[in-house]
Amino acid sequence: MEKELRLMKGNEAVAEAAIRAGTDGYFGYPITPQSEILEYLMEANPGETTGMVVLQAESEIAAINMVYGGAACGKKVMTSSSSPGISLKQEGISYIAGAELPCLIVNVVRAGPGLGAIQPAQSDYFQSVKGGGHGDYHLIVLAPSSVQEMADFVELGFELAFKYRNPVMMLSDGAIGQMMEKVYLSPQKERSSDSPLWATTGKPASRPRNFITSLDLDPYGQEVFNNKLQAKYAEIREKEVRYEEFLCEDAEYLLVAYGTSARVSQKAVQILRGEGIKVGLLRPITLFPFPTKRIYELAGKVKGMLSVEMSAGQMVEDVLLAVNGKVPVKHFGRLGGIVTTPEEVVENLKSKIIGG
Amino acid sequence: MTEEIIIAGFGGQGVLSMGKIMAYSGVMQDMEVSWMPSYGPEMRGGTANVIVILSSERISSPIIRHFDTAIILNQQSLDKFESSVKAGGVLIYDGNGITRHPERKDITIYRVDATEEAARMNSPKTFNMIVLGGFIKVKPVIKIENIIKGLKKSLPERYHNLIPMNEKALIRGEEIITEVQKA
Amino acid sequence: MIEATGIKEIIKPENLAYRKTDIMTDNILSYCPGCGHGTAHRILAEVIDEEELQSQTIGVSPVGCSVMMYNYLDVDIQQAAHGRAPAVATAIKRLMPEKFVFTYQGDGDLAAIGTAETIHACNRGENILIIFINNGIYGMTGGQMAPTTLPGMKSSTSPFGRDVKTMGNPLKMTDIVATLPGTYYVTRQSVHTPANVRKTKKAIRKAVQYQKLDKGTCFIEIVANCPSGWKMTPVQSNKWMEETMFPFYPLGDLKTPEE
Repeated sequence: MEKELRLMKGNEAVAEAAIRAGTDGYFGYPITPQSEILEYLMEANPGETTGMVVLQAESEIAAINMVYGGAACGKKVMTSSSSPGISLKQEGISYIAGAELPCLIVNVVRAGPGLGAIQPAQSDYFQSVKGGGHGDYHLIVLAPSSVQEMADFVELGFELAFKYRNPVMMLSDGAIGQMMEKVYLSPQKERSSDSPLWATTGKPASRPRNFITSLDLDPYGQEVFNNKLQAKYAEIREKEVRYEEFLCEDAEYLLVAYGTSARVSQKAVQILRGEGIKVGLLRPITLFPFPTKRIYELAGKVKGMLSVEMSAGQMVEDVLLAVNGKVPVKHFGRLGGIVTTPEEVVENLKSKIIGG
Repeated sequence: MTEEIIIAGFGGQGVLSMGKIMAYSGVMQDMEVSWMPSYGPEMRGGTANVIVILSSERISSPIIRHFDTAIILNQQSLDKFESSVKAGGVLIYDGNGITRHPERKDITIYRVDATEEAARMNSPKTFNMIVLGGFIKVKPVIKIENIIKGLKKSLPERYHNLIPMNEKALIRGEEIITEVQKA
Repeated sequence: MIEATGIKEIIKPENLAYRKTDIMTDNILSYCPGCGHGTAHRILAEVIDEEELQSQTIGVSPVGCSVMMYNYLDVDIQQAAHGRAPAVATAIKRLMPEKFVFTYQGDGDLAAIGTAETIHACNRGENILIIFINNGIYGMTGGQMAPTTLPGMKSSTSPFGRDVKTMGNPLKMTDIVATLPGTYYVTRQSVHTPANVRKTKKAIRKAVQYQKLDKGTCFIEIVANCPSGWKMTPVQSNKWMEETMFPFYPLGDLKTPEE
């Protein structure tokens, strides 16, 4: 079936894509700049059409625990929030990772710390890719840089979540969430009636009872489980790295940027190419797993890299680890909800890398 | 072709919806479009602005600081965005409530007194469509029939009876826009 | 010492006086001797068995002594984060409305850290059963003060007795949820005598029926003893419970359907 062309905000695209992906349940709580997701779903009222449950919870904490409950039934469930709300969800996310449950969590990032500002930021990188809550775990982190990808990553997110029994985070930001662009939407999928074998759906005589927990009081057992998780993350690192390259073949300098910063950096590349400077852009699409290998390869070809992110320098640490000292790596980004401009990126590449 | 536009004014003047109509019209013309609003408390009564980019190519940054065209609907926005028009670019403003008029010499300046005209037409709600009419007169990047198509697509059926009035406003805008200064 | 063959002689079908329900697994309970949890588990398991609900049941265990309830009940169970069981159960029931969904929570879980989830699930009238074990103390972590600890009652974090001026008053969650329009049946029971066990079992059975009829939240508080936490023998603890707990947490129905 053909895809449907719409003009939508990123937040609306997530909501519509969720309905079309056959999502079973969405549990959320209002917070700027992502409230359109819950508003759109309430207005669309998919309970009447697909049977999707949409519930406004009493808190972000309740919402993520509703996700836990739904995910443990083997259902396709999701939540969304923005930075302060995502912080509140961290305990629940750790439990979900520890119980190996699939789900989708959307973070439309705003500036922090604390209540911060409601404008776009990328300062939740560490929280998203390094764990976030307690314990040794990872989320699969997808970073959309367009409204189209906010729609597409709903389905991709669920696919990866169920494939690895692991929570997936879509790490967006206020700019992509609030921006309208063209989006091609997939046709409506039916909600699945199958349950994974591990799901708690009521114990029939034909199988032992299923229980979902992240607890093992025996430290040796817990170590075995942790090693199993680590093996899963190793497999994810091996198989699921996604990135996009823009004019990298002959690049002498490389920008590394995701999400909104990648869009800004692409424009910077165009400006610099206009000046005759050979610059390329590597855009990680998965932040976990990070495109470490590819960045290492490119470090052998370029003279230096600039990590562009709306944070004080978070992803740059992963770029530094990937480059492993081969070439200079610097960071540039505006803070507090200010979106970096292409001109600033141009200037900073020149001063920090080309001239530096 | 790429046209980078900022529209700025008071919340409630239809700034965001004018941008939306532009974006819809761009979609009708098979263009790539982006619509990036300022958001937050500003939306409720303060100043509002939106960046609209219409392009025949994939749009890179949806957030930019320099524009081909600035459409300015109040004094604060004029003060804030006059300097962000690219040299040789276009500034369109409504003279209503303006005490300090644009001063740059390196841009082309147009005036469209849409507030006054909307009052005269007895339909203050079509104010932003008069402005839009002015814009397409000086920057014919989108066609009037595509604006109408865009309206039909974006408006719920129950508001389709308002489309002829909006069309009238667009045409009126094309008529009344005047060049104040050539770059 | 009785030989194995001797036991087989005794265990003859015609000698059977009582049989543990199959819904209780053969795992050894982790509860202290004399604790009320085991009895509460058993009657819940019996109702599930008698109502033939095994294939329909999804339970939610808390953080607390009953965290590993999944080891003891042969039904599908999710272990929730501390206090969040009502939110977890909300989603389960909304997504699988045909199932029998219950939470089983202690006082710290339900009345302290999970206050918001408890009240809001009840206020939405989620069609679930909440079983609330109130022993006035944090048992699992070693006898700290709970939201339900009585005034003057000693615990490891109120070593001189609960001073309500500085430590706050005991919270009667059951009374609170009874005032919410979303709850359908709210009762306070105990399991320390055979008569009380029968009453509590009856209450659970009622809640099962109400859930089938989509009536809203059913909330059963079971005032229970904690011999270890209270530092008493099981017999002493039951006596103390009757004399001290029951006057503050009187047994009986707080909200019954108008029929």
